Amino acid sequence: MAKITFDGIEVEVPDGTTILNAARQIGGGIVPPAMCYYTPLKGSGGKCRACLVRVAAGSAKDPRPMPKLVASCITTVQDGMVVENTTSQQVMDVRKGIVEMLLINHPLDCPVCDQAGECDLQDFAFEHGLSTTRYEEERRTFEKIDIGPLIQLHMTRCILCYRCVYVADQLTPDRVHGVLGRGDASEIGTYIENIIDNEFSGNVIDVCPVGALTDKTWRFKQRVWFTKPMNAHRDCATDKCNGHVTLWYKGKDVLRVTARKDEYGEVKEWICNTCRFDKKETSDWTLEGPAHINRASVIAQNHYELPVLNQQVIADLPESTVRELEQNPPLRLGGLNG
Amino acid sequence: MGRKLLTEHINVEGINTFEVYRKHGGYRSVEKALKTMTPDEVTEEVKKSGLRGRGGAGFPAGMKWGFLAKPEGVPRYLVCNADESEPGTFKDRQLMSKLPHLLIEGMITGSYALGARTSYIYIRGELLYVLRILEKAIAEAYAAGFLGENILGSGYSLDLHVHPGAGAYICGEETALLESLEGKRGNPRNKPPFPAVQGLYARPTVVNNVETIAAVPIIVNEGGDEYAKIGVGKSTGTKLISACGHVNKPGIYEIELGVPVEEFIYSDEYCGGIWKGRDLKAVVAGGSSVPILPKELILKTAAGEPRLMTYESLSDGGFITGTMLGSGGFIAMDETTCIVKNTWNYSRFYHHESCGQCSPCREGTGWLEKVLHRLEHGHGSMHDIDLIVSVAKQIEGNTICPLGEAAAWPVAAAVRHFRHEFEWHVKHPKEATMPGAAYRGAAVLA
Repeated sequence: MAKITFDGIEVEVPDGTTILNAARQIGGGIVPPAMCYYTPLKGSGGKCRACLVRVAAGSAKDPRPMPKLVASCITTVQDGMVVENTTSQQVMDVRKGIVEMLLINHPLDCPVCDQAGECDLQDFAFEHGLSTTRYEEERRTFEKIDIGPLIQLHMTRCILCYRCVYVADQLTPDRVHGVLGRGDASEIGTYIENIIDNEFSGNVIDVCPVGALTDKTWRFKQRVWFTKPMNAHRDCATDKCNGHVTLWYKGKDVLRVTARKDEYGEVKEWICNTCRFDKKETSDWTLEGPAHINRASVIAQNHYELPVLNQQVIADLPESTVRELEQNPPLRLGGLNG
Repeated sequence: MGRKLLTEHINVEGINTFEVYRKHGGYRSVEKALKTMTPDEVTEEVKKSGLRGRGGAGFPAGMKWGFLAKPEGVPRYLVCNADESEPGTFKDRQLMSKLPHLLIEGMITGSYALGARTSYIYIRGELLYVLRILEKAIAEAYAAGFLGENILGSGYSLDLHVHPGAGAYICGEETALLESLEGKRGNPRNKPPFPAVQGLYARPTVVNNVETIAAVPIIVNEGGDEYAKIGVGKSTGTKLISACGHVNKPGIYEIELGVPVEEFIYSDEYCGGIWKGRDLKAVVAGGSSVPILPKELILKTAAGEPRLMTYESLSDGGFITGTMLGSGGFIAMDETTCIVKNTWNYSRFYHHESCGQCSPCREGTGWLEKVLHRLEHGHGSMHDIDLIVSVAKQIEGNTICPLGEAAAWPVAAAVRHFRHEFEWHVKHPKEATMPGAAYRGAAVLA
């Protein structure tokens, strides 16, 4: 076990845990944002640089600070490490810079984007970005590509997090897509305009943090905040899929089916394309009840829930901090998603 | 006249063949190491020599070798980084094409020291003709029993392969090089783990520059202490400097570290002064990614000391008034050079070569290039000058690999030392965009 101090809060985690996951054990507003890291996908992380933190002391043995900011999603904890995230002005400034970089080639077409309302980039920019841009040049654009009958790729919105590449690598038998080109001209592509056709390909939609990969059966049907998420399951015959999903209702209609996600937007269990695209009748499913949505999310506009704080952490905090936390609960709270 | 260690026999007829190379004392270090030394003794000599990585970062080579993890029953690798593609640097190409056996000899001795049974030379794809030369030389070495099974009856075996890259600057970054060597897309890896622990095929690996490896036979032959006597302080030995730009005699010079910069530029032994009798304006001392310095600061440090061609002296004053020795790509610019255009040109290169993996570099390099393009073509504003400094700062230190810094440093340094030129471009767009235009001092501003 290693004990680290994250933004002044002590937490003990098993050796080999990353700083980001240690912070997630604390929960709340101090958790660094992550645009490319995805726990279920091995090898992901380190690319978007959104989660950069300052290590003020490397470990108990070697308490020197690390010379550069480190990506918290891939840096493992050392006993006695002291990490600064929201308490470091440098980190906050750099994060503002990262938002700016991610947005310079992003079309900012949120009003017509299906991801709006559940978009990691939107949340990230809202929390850390500026409302204006210093970028005056032409933005990078691509043509939309249909990769198969069910998924559309809109590369213009992509932030090259590589999550879908890892899904293709780790979940599906034949990888047919990857990153082509380099620099700001690199793009997610299917070599020779191939289609992505296998039972788990739909998961690339779920992992995409932005609206670059969208579900063609859902596109333009409804704004996500007008829909109601319900957890449901069915007995799925597909190997490796156990049919645990979230159904998104508008009135009595199931408009789309997604995998269930935790409070950090990470898929808990992968689902197959049959569940995702073909089962859109309530009669196909056994309903379990409303899916929990982060109260800060726009999707939760009509059913706020009371914040639940991590009692373990509160016990260790100075009283003034607890009062402050109770009065101004952080935007993102841990342990909300059942 | 400085001593020539690497290039002593470079002009001997037929030195690229095994026979002639052997006649001139070639492969002595292999015999000496394999027959009279243990691998650790070889590493010890390299440590004693104080040899520093010649690829750019200047990390002590012996220390790097010492970091190599040596778990039982796991193969280890020595990989030679011959992906020389830094603008202004062309020393390895010459070394490999003229003296292929020197590199091979260094690879054998180095691999023996590290306990590697298979080693690779990862060569830049554009240098196909050098690849052929190396392959021919390797075949000769195999035939002579210096490669393959049981070298010189010592029981030590080594296979050496040459692998061409596919034209990406980023593959000169050691972890991107390893990815590419493994047959993957050349994206730099997240560190740690460092290659010394998990490198090629997730095995302990040392990646060294061509010139570093080529220095190993000399160190083994002469002894580390003897090698350390050359040079100044922690900058020991000789270094190949590829001089280019507006000098009378561009070319590759082997210098003893410690030669004053002024002597290097103006003496007839080296560059022979600035061409056409013009005045020197600025120097990029170690390949395009190191900060540019104006004449006053490259010849003398901020404290007024003469600047020497050493790792320490060139970086004296940090990045405020100093630069780096880098890979030894010495680019001199005369008074007619437009610094804005030059900076834009560098930015164009880094924009083109960014791998696109991490966001600050992917987006930032393109942004820098576009704003500099605007400035160079007379459409910029004063605000743009601050903007590029700010963008460069946002890239620097926040990327996975050093390409981000390589793209940011030249821009930041150009504005730091030549801000007046950028302002001249903004104020006088007409003059600044005329062919061959460059800021020549206050007179033009009037």
